[in-house]
Amino acid sequence: MSPSLLLFIILAAMALAYHLGRKRAIGVAGGLKKINRLHSLPAYYGFYAALWVGLPTLLLLLFWAGLQDHILTALTLAELPAETMANLSEGQLSLLVSDIRNLASGNLMGREPSAEVEVAAAHYLRLQGIANITLWTLVGAMALAGMAWAWQRTTPSFRARNRVESIVMILLILFSSIAILTTLGILLSVLFESIRFFQKVPWTEFLFGTQWSPQIALRAEQVGASGAFGAIPLFTGTLLVSFIAMLLAVPVGLLSAVYLAEYAPRAVRTWAKPVLEILAGIPTVVYGFFAALTVAPFMRGLGESVGLDIASESALAAGLVMGIMIIPFVSSLSEDVINAVPQSLRDGSYALGATQSETIRRVIFPAALPGIVGGVLLAVSRAIGETMIVVMAAGLAANLTANPFESVTTVTVQIVTLLTGDQEFDSAKTLAAFALGLTLFVVTLILNVIALHIVRKYREQYD
Amino acid sequence: MTMIVEASAVKPANLKADHLAQDQSTTTTVGEISSPNPRMVCRDINVWYNNNHAIKHVSLDIGKNEVIAMIGPSGCGKSTFLRCLNRMNDTIPAARVEGSITLDGQEIQDKGIDVVPLRARVGMVFQKPNPFPKSIYENIAYGPRIHGLTNSRAELDELVETSLQRAGLWKEVKDRLDAPGTGLSGGQQQRLCIARTLSVSPEVILMDEPCSALDPIATAIIEDLIDELRQQYTIAIVTHSMQQAARVSQRTAYFHLGDLVEVGTTDDIFNQPKHKLTEDYITGRFG
Ligand SMILES: Nc1ncnc2c1ncn2[C@@H]1O[C@H](COP(=O)(O)OP(=O)(O)OP(=O)(O)O)[C@@H](O)[C@H]1O
Ligand SMILES: [Mg+2]
Repeated sequence: MSPSLLLFIILAAMALAYHLGRKRAIGVAGGLKKINRLHSLPAYYGFYAALWVGLPTLLLLLFWAGLQDHILTALTLAELPAETMANLSEGQLSLLVSDIRNLASGNLMGREPSAEVEVAAAHYLRLQGIANITLWTLVGAMALAGMAWAWQRTTPSFRARNRVESIVMILLILFSSIAILTTLGILLSVLFESIRFFQKVPWTEFLFGTQWSPQIALRAEQVGASGAFGAIPLFTGTLLVSFIAMLLAVPVGLLSAVYLAEYAPRAVRTWAKPVLEILAGIPTVVYGFFAALTVAPFMRGLGESVGLDIASESALAAGLVMGIMIIPFVSSLSEDVINAVPQSLRDGSYALGATQSETIRRVIFPAALPGIVGGVLLAVSRAIGETMIVVMAAGLAANLTANPFESVTTVTVQIVTLLTGDQEFDSAKTLAAFALGLTLFVVTLILNVIALHIVRKYREQYD
Repeated sequence: MTMIVEASAVKPANLKADHLAQDQSTTTTVGEISSPNPRMVCRDINVWYNNNHAIKHVSLDIGKNEVIAMIGPSGCGKSTFLRCLNRMNDTIPAARVEGSITLDGQEIQDKGIDVVPLRARVGMVFQKPNPFPKSIYENIAYGPRIHGLTNSRAELDELVETSLQRAGLWKEVKDRLDAPGTGLSGGQQQRLCIARTLSVSPEVILMDEPCSALDPIATAIIEDLIDELRQQYTIAIVTHSMQQAARVSQRTAYFHLGDLVEVGTTDDIFNQPKHKLTEDYITGRFG
């Protein structure tokens, strides 16, 4: 009598309801020959019946599955002797609850259950049985009621097609709101944690401070006890690394897109495109150790040979590797956009005696620009949010510097280091991660808004 | 038929020869294909789109300072033939052009020839208006800028104005030269494209149904323009309007399913067509 069996039965009932509804509609019309008396095709009456049978019962099942355990546990605990309950701490209580549940489902390992637990578990089982029977009865009743309702509404003038349409619309709204609500939930939880952080550390210090050393003293007299939460070095670090990445990715990606879209013979295109896409498929952690183990030492060696002092974990190494990672984004997005420019524009330019590169520069590129800008900004968001490469190659030192040869740290790296390891969940150090996340989110949001604005502006001008 | 397919499957090199063998049956052109004073000379032109033989053994001269009209039912290959004259078919990967075309005695079909200056000399107005996604002004200024035709902004302004005036568009757009060219109506876009072609003063102008979206007044302006241009330039025009062909052209060529069926002076074609197909078409019994 598991929920999945019930689910299966509901689906079967829906199929049955579909058939009954359809039959009923044909019957009401007076046979297959006369179905044009009906407002809608018979299948719509079938769908209508199926939806009335399926939707309420499925909703009930959903709620039941979510609430059953809580309610049963509460009821079981209420039966326990009051004095036992009174001396239990929160931790012990949850242990007790899980003991009862485990015993009830027959897999309590190791310990011999106490008499109390055994009684409670028996009670729990009994309640579960009642609940199951109730659920099945309710589902059966609701399915029958739904079918009866649909049956009774099936008349030739009933607008089943429109009804099905609106029910489908409601379903679609429901599903799309899942995504929106999830986003909202994440945003709110980050926001609340950030507010808690800003209660401990003033937001002016966070936004304008130039010192980042998120240490919180365990003992008041500890050395270096004062934590500093100035996020400026992190953001400059992020900007520096992203800037280096874009400096590499935009020209390379764009030019290779132009080559692939405009110049490359078909033979070249057939293998060059997949190769670029492989680049996009490499896991970022692989890029990360490529950056840390190959590029960074190489950079340092190169620097030494020309007398430059390049740190072994440098913004340059991380930025370059991140740039390589982003090239496929820029190039494949740009290539799509360039390909979407109609051939007639190229023809128009060629017919005026323009060369291919003049045509690309003066006609295709401006026409494709909104899309290209969109693609580039998307790549920027990606660069800003990228974590693995910078964790491995950029370092942890929060230097406030614009020198790409030095080691820097980024917002994402700090979020990772703040949240890994054992942490008190309400220390300023942990909460700082949420504040960083929120700021990062706001920055990316602003970037996307700007991107949309640019794209729209050009579109108004050109389409 | 089967035998030909098999032969070509065995020896792909024979493919072309097979095409030729098959095409022997097609009509030979009626009328005088050559011109006493030719600007462009086309001999035995064949065009294939993959395996679709769109132009079959067409030979035709285009004389200096003449307007030649190309007429024929839809899909008969008029645009395809026109596009051969400035090698625009190069931009269609599926298209294959064979035969000899000369401009002032110089072969333009050679692989080695640079098509860029050729296209500057042989301009084209496309069947579908294709303004650039730029302002009206920039649409016209595009060609002159590329070729460095003007030395100052004032000269460029003037060139833009005269081009637009000749295409009969100036009055409508003079107050909004900065507005996007794509925001014009279909007929205005068509005239914008004509003005754009005029701005680089090509020696030969190919016009593919330049008046298809124009009202009678704008059409009259373009027809006057064509007449005026004839003094200096050579013009080939595709049109679906018999009256237009009769009004603007000196010679007319009738195409049918990829064949050049008949060519002659416009008077002869419209008054005493020699070929049955031509007669059917111009008297409205066809297409
Ligand atoms: N880009 C192309 N790819 C493949 N086939 C083409 C292409 N352009 C034209 N064709 C084919 O070539 C033949 C001639 O086409 P074309 O455009 O030259 O006709 P047209 O005489 O200009 O017709 P219309 O009066 O409708 O413009 C048609 O059968 C057409 O299907
Ligand atoms: Mg055409």
